Amino acid sequence: MADAAGRAVEHIPRVLLIEDEQNIATAISFLLGQAGWRVSTHSDGATALEAIARHAPDVVVLDVMLPGRSGFDVLGGIREGAGDVPRDLPVLMLTAKGQAKDRERAEALGASRFMTKPFSNQELVAAVTALARSTA
Amino acid sequence: MGPSLNLLIALSLVYVAFLFLVAFAGERQAARGHGLLRGPAIYTLSLSIYCTAWTFYGAVGYAARSGLEFMTIYLGPTLVFVGWWWVLRKLVRIGRAERITSIADMISSRYGKSTSIAVLVTLLAVVGTTPYIALQLQSVTLSFGVFAAPGTQASELKGLAFWVAAGLAVFTILFGTRKLDTGERHDGIVSAIAVEAIVKLVALLSVGLFVVWGLNGGAAATREVIATSELADWTAVPGRWAALIFVSGAAVICLPRMFQVLVVENSDERHLATASWAFPAYLLAMCIFVVPIAATGLARMPAGANPDLFVLTLPLAEGREGLALLAFLGGFSSATSMVIVAAVALATMLSNHVVMPLWLAFNERDGARRATISGDVRDVVLRARRVSILVVLAMGYAYFRATGGTAALASIGLISFVGMVQVLPALLFGLFWTGATRFGAAWGIATGFAVWAWTMLVPVLASEAFLAAGPFGIAALRPEALFGLAGDPLVTALVLSLGLNTLVFCAASLLSRPTVMEQLQTPRFVQVFDRATPARAGRRRASAGAEELLVMAQRILGAEEAQALFAAEAAAQGRPDALPETTPELLERLERSLAGSVGGATAYAMVTGITGDAAVSVEDLLAVADETAQIMEYSTRLEAQSQELTRTAGELRAVNDKLTALGHQKDAFLSQVSHELRTPMTSIRAFSGILRHADLSDADRTHYAGIILEESERLTRLLDDLLDLTVLESGQVVLNPADVDLHDVIERSVTAAGQTGLTLTRDPAAEVVTLRTDGDRLAQVFINLITNAGKYCDAEAPALRIVVRPEADALVVDFVDNGSGIAPGDRGLIFEKFARLSDQAAAGSAGLGLAICREVMLRLGGDIAYLPGQGGAAFRVRLPRDVPMADAAE
Repeated sequence: MADAAGRAVEHIPRVLLIEDEQNIATAISFLLGQAGWRVSTHSDGATALEAIARHAPDVVVLDVMLPGRSGFDVLGGIREGAGDVPRDLPVLMLTAKGQAKDRERAEALGASRFMTKPFSNQELVAAVTALARSTA
Repeated sequence: MGPSLNLLIALSLVYVAFLFLVAFAGERQAARGHGLLRGPAIYTLSLSIYCTAWTFYGAVGYAARSGLEFMTIYLGPTLVFVGWWWVLRKLVRIGRAERITSIADMISSRYGKSTSIAVLVTLLAVVGTTPYIALQLQSVTLSFGVFAAPGTQASELKGLAFWVAAGLAVFTILFGTRKLDTGERHDGIVSAIAVEAIVKLVALLSVGLFVVWGLNGGAAATREVIATSELADWTAVPGRWAALIFVSGAAVICLPRMFQVLVVENSDERHLATASWAFPAYLLAMCIFVVPIAATGLARMPAGANPDLFVLTLPLAEGREGLALLAFLGGFSSATSMVIVAAVALATMLSNHVVMPLWLAFNERDGARRATISGDVRDVVLRARRVSILVVLAMGYAYFRATGGTAALASIGLISFVGMVQVLPALLFGLFWTGATRFGAAWGIATGFAVWAWTMLVPVLASEAFLAAGPFGIAALRPEALFGLAGDPLVTALVLSLGLNTLVFCAASLLSRPTVMEQLQTPRFVQVFDRATPARAGRRRASAGAEELLVMAQRILGAEEAQALFAAEAAAQGRPDALPETTPELLERLERSLAGSVGGATAYAMVTGITGDAAVSVEDLLAVADETAQIMEYSTRLEAQSQELTRTAGELRAVNDKLTALGHQKDAFLSQVSHELRTPMTSIRAFSGILRHADLSDADRTHYAGIILEESERLTRLLDDLLDLTVLESGQVVLNPADVDLHDVIERSVTAAGQTGLTLTRDPAAEVVTLRTDGDRLAQVFINLITNAGKYCDAEAPALRIVVRPEADALVVDFVDNGSGIAPGDRGLIFEKFARLSDQAAAGSAGLGLAICREVMLRLGGDIAYLPGQGGAAFRVRLPRDVPMADAAE
C-alpha cells in the first residue's frame, strides 16, 4: 500500500481512452482526470495500436464500435504483441451492445475488464484504478 | 260441406306470404346483429322440423293402425337428447370448430376430407330424402283432397302438389342461397320454421283439446273411448320397438335436415343444454293427443276413412271449419318446414361435394383460376346451390308422381330413416375411435346403402312379380326376404343393412391404414374437447432437443413469448437457469401455443417433427401440404385450382425460409437498436453524475447540461424514427392521398430542412407538376435527402441540385450533391437500418433516415435508389403519376 501510494506521488498514472463518441470521451476524460489520471484520447480504430505505442499508457479504455477497426480487433492486436505494445497492458473494454456474446468474446480475447454502456461513473473510475493497481 | 278448395288455396298463399315476411324480418334482425332470434328457444323450435307431416297426420294414422308403436318415433329422439346430449355436444363443438357445412362434409372431413366419401354420403342423403320430400307433398295433397268437392279429379290435386313444390323451391332459393358465408346459417329460414313449429304445435293441441273435451266430454270419457277401441287390444312387439326406437334416435342425428338445424345452424353450444329438455318436451306435447284423436276417429268416422287424416276430418265432420283450417295450416307447416330445410341441406351437399368438384375438374386450366381471382366462384356456388334445390324438389315431386302416393305416410318415413341411418357407424365411430379409416367408412356406407336400397327401396318401386320371384329367379336375393330372412321386413332390413355396414366398416378400418391427412384430422374430431393432448403424447421421448424446439418456437411465436414459455417451464421443472427438459408437458404447452398461430394439425406436426417421434416425416408433411391444397379446393369452394395452391404451398416454404432469415436480421437489428439507444444514454448518465457530484465552473456546468440536452434530443429522434419505421414496415401506416403540387412539396421540404449550408440549384418550371400522392410523406423523404446532403457533403462549397424530370408514367426527382459521394461498396448498405459506412467515421451511424425513406417510397408506390456516376452523392426518387397506394399500402 505504502509502496503504491509512494509511486502515485512520483508517477502520474496515464490512461488512453479510445472512443469515437465525442461526448462520451469528454465525460470519461473529465471523470478520470478528476480521479488524478492523465487522460489522452483517440477516436479511430485503424490507428489505435500506433496511438497506444505512442502514449505508452498504464491502462487503455477501449470502445468496441470504432470506425476503421473494431475494438475487438484492437484488443486482439495488443494481446498478439502487434506494434510496440506490451502484451499484458490492462484493457478495459466498453460496449453499448450489451449482449452476453460480446462479453464472452471480450473475455476470450483477453480483456482485463468489460463494462456495458451506460456505466456508473464511480464504477468506471474504480475499475480503471483497480487495473492500474493489478499491474503495479 | 267444408270450406271450398279455392278458399284453402288462398289461405295457404296468405300463410306462405306471412312466412316470407317472417323470414325477411328474421334476416333483417340477424343482419342488425340481434341475438334474440338465435336464442335457445328458436334453436329448440327449429329442431321441431323433426316433426314433419308424418308426425302431424301420420302419427294418428300410425296409432290407428299399430297402436302405441308410433311412440317409438318420439322415444328415440327423446332418449338421444336426454341421455346422449354429450354426443350431440361433441357433434356441435366439432361442427363449429371445423366450420362443417353438412353431414357429408362432417364425415368426409373426419376421414381426411375425402371427396369420395362426401359424394357417397351426398348420394345416400339424396336417395334417402327424396321419398321423404315426396311424403310431404303427398300429405299436403291429401289434406287438400279432404277439403275438395267430391267430384274433384285426383290429377287436379297432383297438379296442386306441383305448385306446392314450385312454391317451396322459390322460398328455399330466396332464403337458402342469399349468402354463402357465416358458416352456412340461414336466419330467415330458421325464423320461418320456428314460427311453423309453433303453428303446428298449437294446431295439434287445439284439435286434441277439441276431441277430448269438445267431442268426448272430458278425460274420463276419452279413456272410455280408447278402452273400447281396437287400440286397447294392441300388444308391443319388443324387437320392432327396439328397432324403431333405435332408428328414430339415430335419425335425429343423421337426417340431413336434422344435422342442418342441430349442428350447422347452431349459433351457440349452450343452446343444446336448453334443447336437451325442451325438445323432448315439445315432442311430448306433439304426441300427447295422438291416441285420443286416433281412438275417437276410429269410433266416430265411417269405416274406411283414412286414419292419416283424422286430424282434419274429425273437426270437419263436426262442422268446426275454423279448427279444420288451423289443423290444415299445422299440417302444411309441418310439410313445408321439412321440405325447406331438407332442400337447403341437400343442396349444400350437392353443390359442395358434387357440382363444385365437377365444375373445377372441367375448368381445370383457365376458368377456375380466373374465377378464383375475380370472385366468380361465389356465383358458381350460388347457381349450383339454386339448381340443386330445384333438382331436389323436382326429384321429390317425381317420386311422388311415380309411387302414386299410395304407401302409408309412416312407412315412407321409415324407409328414409333407415336409409340415412347408414351413415351412423361412420359418424359415431369417427367421433370416438381413432382407428376408423376412410376405407372403412366408404365400404361400410356403401354396403349399408346397397342393402338398404335392395331391401327397402326396391320393394316400393319394383313390380309384385319381381318381388315374389327375386332377381333372375334367385329366391335368396328376394328384396323382402334377403338371404331367406323373412321376419318383420323393417327389422330385417335394419339389422341386415346396419349390421353388415358396421361389420364391413370395422373390418375395413382394421385392415387399412389411415392416410396422413386422416391422421391429422382424427384428433380434431376424436379429441375435440382435449385438443392439446394428441394421441401419441405418452410415447414421446424426453431426450429430444429443447434448443431446436426453442429455435422453432421463436420463429413462430416471436423470441420473447417463446423464451418466456420455455423459462416458465424450466422454472416449473426446478432448473430456472437452463433449458427445460422436453417433457410431454412442455411439448403439450408448446403445441397449444403454436396451434394459436399455425393451427392444431400443423403445430402437432412441427413438434413431433423436431422431437423425432416421427409419426409424420418431412415427406409426409409435404404430402400433407399438397393434399391439403387439393382438399381445400373442394371443401372450401372458394379457393379453387390445385396449381394455385401448390404454388401457395411453395410460397409457404419460401416464407418459412424468409422467416428464418428475418429471425437473424431481427437479432442484428435489436443489437443495433440497443447500441444506438445506449450511446446517448451513456453521455446523459455520465454527465448527470458529473453535474451532481463535481465542483464545476459555471461555464462547464452550462456546457455539460448542453450535452445532456443534445443527447436527449438525439435519443428522442431515434425513438421517433424507430416508431415511424415500425408503423411503415407493419403496413399500418395511413396515407392521405391528395392532388399535390410537386413544387409546393419541394418548397416545403427545403424550408423544413432549415440551415443546411447548401447552395441549391432548382428548375421551378419543371417542378410545376400535379400528382396524386401523400404530400406529407413525400416531403419527409425530400427533407431527409436535403439534410443528409447538408450533413455529409464534404465539398468546400457544398451544393445540391434538385432535378425534376417526367417519364412515361412516372415522375423522377434527383437529388445530386457535389461531395465525394458514397463508396461503391457502401451503396448497397445505405438503405439498411443503422448502416455504418466505412468512410464516414465522423458521421457515425447513418441511422434510420434512408431506411424510412425507402419504406415511405414503397408505400407511395414508387422507389428510391442511389444514382451512381453523378460526381457527388445522388439519390433518385421515382413516383408514379397516380399512386396506386391502395396496393402499395396493402
